[in-house]
Amino acid sequence: MEKEFFEGEFVKRRADIESGDVMVVGAGISGIQAALDLAETGFRVFLVEKSPAIGGKMSQLDKTFPTNDCSMCIESPKFIECARHPNIEILTYTEVDRVRGEAGDFKVTLIKKPRYVIEERCTGCTTCVEYCPVKAPDPFNQNLSLNKAIHIYFSQAVPLITYVDPDTCLYFQDEKCNICVGACKNNAIDLHQEAEEVEVEVGAIVLSPGYEIFDPGRRNDYGYGRMENVVTSLDFERLLCATGPYEGEIRRPSDLKHPHKVAWIQCVGSRRVTPGDNSYCSGVCCAYTQKQVILAKDHDADLQATVFHNDIRAFGKDFERFYQRAENLPGVRFIRSYVSVGKEIPGSKNVTIRYSTLEDGVQEEEFDLVVLSVGLNPPRHVKGMADKFGIELDPHGFCRTNPVNPIETSRPGIFVSGAFQGPIDIPESVVSASGADALCSQLLAYRRGKLDKERVYPPEKDVSEEEPRVGVFVCHCGANIGRVVDVPSVVEYASTLPNVVHAQESLFACSTDNAQQISNTILEKGLNRVVVAACTPRTHEPLFRDTLREGGINPYFYEMANIREHCSWVHSRETRDATQKAKDVVRMSVARTALLEPLQEFELPVDKRGLVIGGGIAGMTSALSLANQGFEVYLLEKDKDLGGMARRIHYTLEGLDVQGYLDDLIRKVYKHSSIHVYTDTTLLDASGYVGNFTTTVRSGMMRREIRHGITIIATGAEEYKPTEYLYGEDERVVTSVELEEAIARGDERVAQAQSLVMIQCVGCRNEDRNYCSRICCSHSVKNALKLKELNPQMDVYILFRDMRTYGLKEDYYREASEKDARFIRWDPQDKPAVEAVEEEGRPVLRVTVTDPVLGNQLALDADILALAAAIVPSADTNTISKLFKASLNPDGFFQEAHVKLRPVDFAAEGVFLCGTAHYPKHITETISQAYGAAGRAVTILTKDSVVASGAVCEVKEDDCVSCGACISVCNYGAIAFHETPRGKKATVNPVLCKGDGLCNSRCPTGAITLKHFTDDEVFSQIDAALPASQPA
Amino acid sequence: MCTGRVDLAFILRAFSNGADGVFIGGCWPGECHYVTEGNYLALSTVHLSRKLLKLAGIGPERVRLEWISASEGSRFAEVMNDFSLKVRELGPIGNGAGMSEDGLKLKLDALNAMVPYIKLVERERLRVPVKSEEAYTQFFNSDAVERLFKELIADKFEICRMMALLREKPRSTGELSQILGLSPSDISRHLNVSARQGLVKFDATRNLIAAA
Repeated sequence: MEKEFFEGEFVKRRADIESGDVMVVGAGISGIQAALDLAETGFRVFLVEKSPAIGGKMSQLDKTFPTNDCSMCIESPKFIECARHPNIEILTYTEVDRVRGEAGDFKVTLIKKPRYVIEERCTGCTTCVEYCPVKAPDPFNQNLSLNKAIHIYFSQAVPLITYVDPDTCLYFQDEKCNICVGACKNNAIDLHQEAEEVEVEVGAIVLSPGYEIFDPGRRNDYGYGRMENVVTSLDFERLLCATGPYEGEIRRPSDLKHPHKVAWIQCVGSRRVTPGDNSYCSGVCCAYTQKQVILAKDHDADLQATVFHNDIRAFGKDFERFYQRAENLPGVRFIRSYVSVGKEIPGSKNVTIRYSTLEDGVQEEEFDLVVLSVGLNPPRHVKGMADKFGIELDPHGFCRTNPVNPIETSRPGIFVSGAFQGPIDIPESVVSASGADALCSQLLAYRRGKLDKERVYPPEKDVSEEEPRVGVFVCHCGANIGRVVDVPSVVEYASTLPNVVHAQESLFACSTDNAQQISNTILEKGLNRVVVAACTPRTHEPLFRDTLREGGINPYFYEMANIREHCSWVHSRETRDATQKAKDVVRMSVARTALLEPLQEFELPVDKRGLVIGGGIAGMTSALSLANQGFEVYLLEKDKDLGGMARRIHYTLEGLDVQGYLDDLIRKVYKHSSIHVYTDTTLLDASGYVGNFTTTVRSGMMRREIRHGITIIATGAEEYKPTEYLYGEDERVVTSVELEEAIARGDERVAQAQSLVMIQCVGCRNEDRNYCSRICCSHSVKNALKLKELNPQMDVYILFRDMRTYGLKEDYYREASEKDARFIRWDPQDKPAVEAVEEEGRPVLRVTVTDPVLGNQLALDADILALAAAIVPSADTNTISKLFKASLNPDGFFQEAHVKLRPVDFAAEGVFLCGTAHYPKHITETISQAYGAAGRAVTILTKDSVVASGAVCEVKEDDCVSCGACISVCNYGAIAFHETPRGKKATVNPVLCKGDGLCNSRCPTGAITLKHFTDDEVFSQIDAALPASQPA
Repeated sequence: MCTGRVDLAFILRAFSNGADGVFIGGCWPGECHYVTEGNYLALSTVHLSRKLLKLAGIGPERVRLEWISASEGSRFAEVMNDFSLKVRELGPIGNGAGMSEDGLKLKLDALNAMVPYIKLVERERLRVPVKSEEAYTQFFNSDAVERLFKELIADKFEICRMMALLREKPRSTGELSQILGLSPSDISRHLNVSARQGLVKFDATRNLIAAA
């Protein structure tokens, strides 16, 4: 074996070269999603991560906004999915050293850093951790608590193996201690391990290295690092978290007391041009702070929370309501003020903050704990990384991307997803990951499936002749359950229940080793039913069903007892009753398992054609991507021409010539032989299910029936027609889009205007539309800059509530301000007023608004008034929602399956979403989402079949009296009569049945049964719930 | 599985097992995850079960249906706390209304036995044409439905209980009237109907009625 020198260490070089299709660098949520989508599309993936486990920053978060889902709980099933996927090879503690070659043929040299633990041998038993005498700050807990020099990165880590931190391990100081080596029964510890060099060949690379948080210690102006009770928001996430340093109790560093008065300071490191700070807005801090406020109040209802903020940027879907929810909590103050951290009070170590308000002037207030809402920085050592990969960076140090494709880097074959694109949140990171899958798949379509491996399960055991043998696994969920419910006593109780032959506890039932242990126990103890008492089937049932398959039994022999959401979380203050309830819930589940039957999921063939509804940028981009990945596509547009809303947009803030781009896109769509474009098209009907949809349309005069396997909804949105501020009455009042059109066509009125006023938030952020339209602030800044370019002397006023130029758009807001566009904030209680008057013979629109700083009324005489009108769902949204069973949110936009982790999927399988039909968004965001939808759609189209649930209805013909009650309630049309020698009998088409079970509850004779939720199965639970008075 | 899967029999089973209250949580109308709007079927089941409980002299407020979406955790907590408070106020089922354990059992058994029949009645006569909560409330509280309920279900319920008693042993009309708390004329009306259907026979010698 050859050796060479790497960063002062000797490196062993592995001789063999491994090949795959795609390398994903960085295994945070974006990298994980990219790897999973690529693997599902039929590519072999190397998932490379520099830290000891996959998961990234998301694994450190407590909950996620705006739904407050538990972050680890929704992310960790994906860890296991990666670990179990036959097409994914996870390489942790590994860094990229060199990249050679070109798109389609890269050779990547990786350095596997020594973990001093032999991966193949370590079982994750943690005996070594117990023996290790060294306690050192735990990086996963932001150094707020101690861990050992040898430890597992975090409890649910994948891979679940230890690593040695050479900086704190005594052996690496003076070879004093090697106690762990002896403690390990498996001889897994090798303190002489060396770095290893591995070379792999791939066709494409996805960069998803994520972000670093801004380090507030560097500038030394917030007391971070000097005052103990000043923490970052990421530190605070760990404090909130049940797996954090104090098991979810919020304690402050100086004296471990529960803080009662907590302050958050927004925009730390963001929106500033001072050296060391970032000029951009980090985009996520407003929402995560509101989340932290809500959670802190959950922990301690009497806690007083104060948020010092600049603009509140609640620009995302459902963010406005989330902000209101935080703001309306008792004891919560949102104060708009710049602040400085004053002093640390000797003794109490409380921290003072100086701030000023218009009402009370400058004040100084004392807080128990100060949280710095730090922004997002590019990844550490980003320049070196850019050199290695041969890609360019933007001036901020984020990845320079193609102006019309935020997923493409400057180097062909290398793509970027997640926060390395710029500061974005989790859903956008996930979207871009699926988009990266689509782009890799376009590039490598010719080799898709060549290295694909099938997952192999052990053969399913026939247990029909066996008595039920139930295994019960009771999960602590770290401290989530264990802190409230007495888990050992639940285990003890479970073992006394009928049919139970095995009961045990697990720290995290969903961690890789515990899941493995469950499947091993199935084999060892001959279990034929499994109950996991843990969390919700919504997130974890697929994982445990899969675990049963690993153990060789039918996945429908699995039952989940929810003792977290239904118990420990809601009864956190009643531990004794909660433990009793957990026992009740387990008893009910165990009773039910005895009656469970093995069900067969069935495979349905997939029609390999796609349907895209909506011919705007979103729809066209998706359609092109599907076609470039080798699939036939039908693209429907209701208008006579393609283009959608973009036909009215002429330029972007970043300077894109939108019409040029659009013409080019339309040409590509029409030229592509696999895309069938139907314009002037109305949807008439849609039926079917994932893999097999039939949609009927009228295109011009023709009626057509289209068969397709997936559907992408890209129906866009519309601009609100204002009824406010003289719009429609005075032709000098226009909307932002109309202003843009006027500028583009060189309208004289605009060119000659001396003064132009824009009013923001027209028609939204109000009672009728309680959401922010996201793009209007940037849109107005864009128009203002354009106007200043045309006529620097023109007076341009932007009357706003909060300027929401999030992310990198902040720079343009600053530029507009520097170019003398005047920004005046107004309050919803004191809206601007508009009247048409004459001023010295000049007809003007007089806009009066209260100056927030001086408090007096300003009268602005404008030649043109531009209203930043809301973006509203398009008119046909309701029809499409009904046809494709795609639900809508309260504001009338389409509702994705999961806000964070399934942002372009619908709950209805096989239907995807992109563009402004989802929510208002900028063109680049739309393009990213369009690729994301195409990426997700292709994970279905590449397959020959899809699997449908076995929990469907079935008719016992002998009992059917052909009353038709079942047929009348089945909206899916899954039930029909068929003729038998004994007359008409109902019969279920299992392919159409979605398992709602309405027929079952309406059938007078019990002839129709919803499998997996039969009457007897439900009765058994009811009987078990109330056993005391159970009928004899 | 949808809220509409909640069978009338599930609700009655819970009461038979001694539950003091039954709570059903469903998706908001118009927000059906299945698009089959089974929550309206649940609404109908709950209206019906409340009428049945009232008929049996059990407080109809012991069944409660609320619309709560997955994101309304705090609302769910409020509703549950409120419901358990209300049920506590009502006291244990049966006892609260001064009913004997046997009397309660007789009533619930009769209702349980009638489930298939009630489902037929529901299908034929009790479907609400308009899908709105007000329409359901109006419909189930209308005079027409009240009459229908009396004709098709209330009498059946009494006959059911009577038959259960007669299956135990032959009894006199006086005894039936006393146990069931019905007037002798009601009893004789039910006996006539049952006799016509061949369900009961008169034991003229002992002046007792027996199950056929």
